[in-house]
Amino acid sequence: MAELIQILISGLAAGSIYALAAVGFTLLWQASQTINFAQGEFVMLPGFFVLIGMALGLPMWPAVLFALVLSLLVLGAAFKKLIVEPMLPHGTLPLVIATIALGLLMKESVKEFYGATAQPFPAVFPQTVYNVAGASVSAQDIGNLIVSMLAIGGLQLFLNRTRTGRCMQASAQNPGVAEILGVDVKRMVLYTFLINAALATIASVLISPIYLAKFSNGETLGLVAFIAAIVGGFNQIRGALVGGLLVGVIDNLSAVYVSAEYRQAMPLLLLIAIILLRPQGLLGTKEGRAV
Amino acid sequence: MLKHLIGTAAATLALTALPAMAELKIGSIVELSGPGAAAGTNFRDGVKMGFEEINAAGGVLGEPVAITEYDSQTDPQVSRAMVQKAIDDGVVAITGTVFSSSTVVNMLVARQAGIPQFTGSEAPSITSMNNPYIFRTAFGSQKGIPKLTKYMAEEMGVKTVAVVWANTEFGKGGHTAFLDEAERLGFEIVADIPTEQAQTDFSADVVKLKGIQADAVFVYLTEEESARFLREVRKQGVQMPLVGDTTLTGHKVIELAGEAANGALGHVGLTPDANIPAMTAMVDRFKGQFGYTPDHNAIKGYVAAHAIKCVAELAGKADSQAIADRMHGLTLKAADCPGVLMDTSWDDSGEMSRESFFVEVQDGKQVVKAILPAN
Repeated sequence: MAELIQILISGLAAGSIYALAAVGFTLLWQASQTINFAQGEFVMLPGFFVLIGMALGLPMWPAVLFALVLSLLVLGAAFKKLIVEPMLPHGTLPLVIATIALGLLMKESVKEFYGATAQPFPAVFPQTVYNVAGASVSAQDIGNLIVSMLAIGGLQLFLNRTRTGRCMQASAQNPGVAEILGVDVKRMVLYTFLINAALATIASVLISPIYLAKFSNGETLGLVAFIAAIVGGFNQIRGALVGGLLVGVIDNLSAVYVSAEYRQAMPLLLLIAIILLRPQGLLGTKEGRAV
Repeated sequence: MLKHLIGTAAATLALTALPAMAELKIGSIVELSGPGAAAGTNFRDGVKMGFEEINAAGGVLGEPVAITEYDSQTDPQVSRAMVQKAIDDGVVAITGTVFSSSTVVNMLVARQAGIPQFTGSEAPSITSMNNPYIFRTAFGSQKGIPKLTKYMAEEMGVKTVAVVWANTEFGKGGHTAFLDEAERLGFEIVADIPTEQAQTDFSADVVKLKGIQADAVFVYLTEEESARFLREVRKQGVQMPLVGDTTLTGHKVIELAGEAANGALGHVGLTPDANIPAMTAMVDRFKGQFGYTPDHNAIKGYVAAHAIKCVAELAGKADSQAIADRMHGLTLKAADCPGVLMDTSWDDSGEMSRESFFVEVQDGKQVVKAILPAN
């Protein structure tokens, strides 16, 4: 029993970080039909911004703030202005290819400027370990879970309970009508990109102490988050949350009870099952598009 | 006009007729990206520093050494292509690769071309293929692990062991060597946990460990995975002693794992913290040049460079075949060839032997607990 609790908590903690990245996929898809295949690198990069801030002499938390500002500028505003806006009129596929290229560029740039080896990353939470029903539960796992849940919960509240949030939803659902009703659609789309950059920064700060800061971290994260978003439902934030948590737990359960060698295959099997049985995802809604 | 043309032509001919400054080409083929980058970068820097010193002292047999670097990307097939490229570029010898999964593939190319290769890999299979052109810069795990298990049995009183290992060529070699020794010494293996190359999340593996009781956990992972594993062990509060061979207590691991590395035990073939004046001096110079503390891989690379120099001088010519022939059955004494840092011997298979160390990480530093004799 203690072992199961341990696995579930570890899985949920990891899954909640995947969910943060997965929410980014759904946000961008809803706001601008962008499938951002650089999303993994978006989570990798802010960790290096933090390290740069610290190398400049900033303490940890001001360095995180520094990373957040840089991420908002680079991964939010600049990404929208320089990549998405020029590419979107050419259709989804060129944009997808552009984000793949962007991911490669980000990865190789970090490797070039910061080195190919992993970098130590400061722990965000204390190294305390609690005993819960015989299971050792670390403050890091609990902290990761709480921060991720708060971030996603806060986003849901923002989207549903504020005027700006509702305008963002309206812009995502029907930009033409939203514009007629006086919504500044361009601004709402920009907000979406900024929120994605902020979520990526939170995910990066939470995951880098576990993964260590490395240029290639985005490869794993991007794939897992993409799977989580599809499993949960690509057009629902709560779907991305459920998908992330599910992938995290299944990954850990399969590594312990099935086979460590095949653990990476399990999320992919889940993905295949979902596509075959419920293509819109667990919590997603069916969506038709004119092509 | 004609006079001018003739003069120019004569001058050009005279210049081209001058003998070009001969240089000894060395191919440095290592993991500069991918999961092996930590090890490869250290090895590369060690090679670089070694040859820079050699060049500053007049080169090898009067010839300056030119190093060309190739990134294997920690991919066996890329490493194979890079070895071929180095051979096409006319190298006399090759240093690297470090990851065994790459070396077992690319050494066949160097063998075909008759180019001696000084590898940092430790998988036992590398020196069991009757390849006359492969030479180690650190002994294989089949030689290192018996030293470790002997220490575990005699000094630590270990009877039950859990094994965590990387499911790669490197990991399989160490795993097999450890299980053979465990059987010989009567250790009971209470858990056997394989992990994947470049694995980032070790929570499930550590959960498995928590379910068992063992006198020690033998950890055989590469540097970055070792650091992630140590952090997870600390996070989940596992109390069993962790013992490794070479990597677990390496400097890169200590840097990455931070406080979580304290208490880790391990056998290392080379350590910058050994009380050997030549090694201490080398480490100081390395830190000055590259700005970080070298790990055993950097020392391996440095030793490779100096071994090539000393062997070429012993052979009397910087020729691939002469170097390979002279290496077999050779002992280089640190007194005669200071760059090898410690007395080192190579047998006919290219396997090496020398003294080594059992260390514990204390306050973020390796502390030598015992010097283990050559075997």
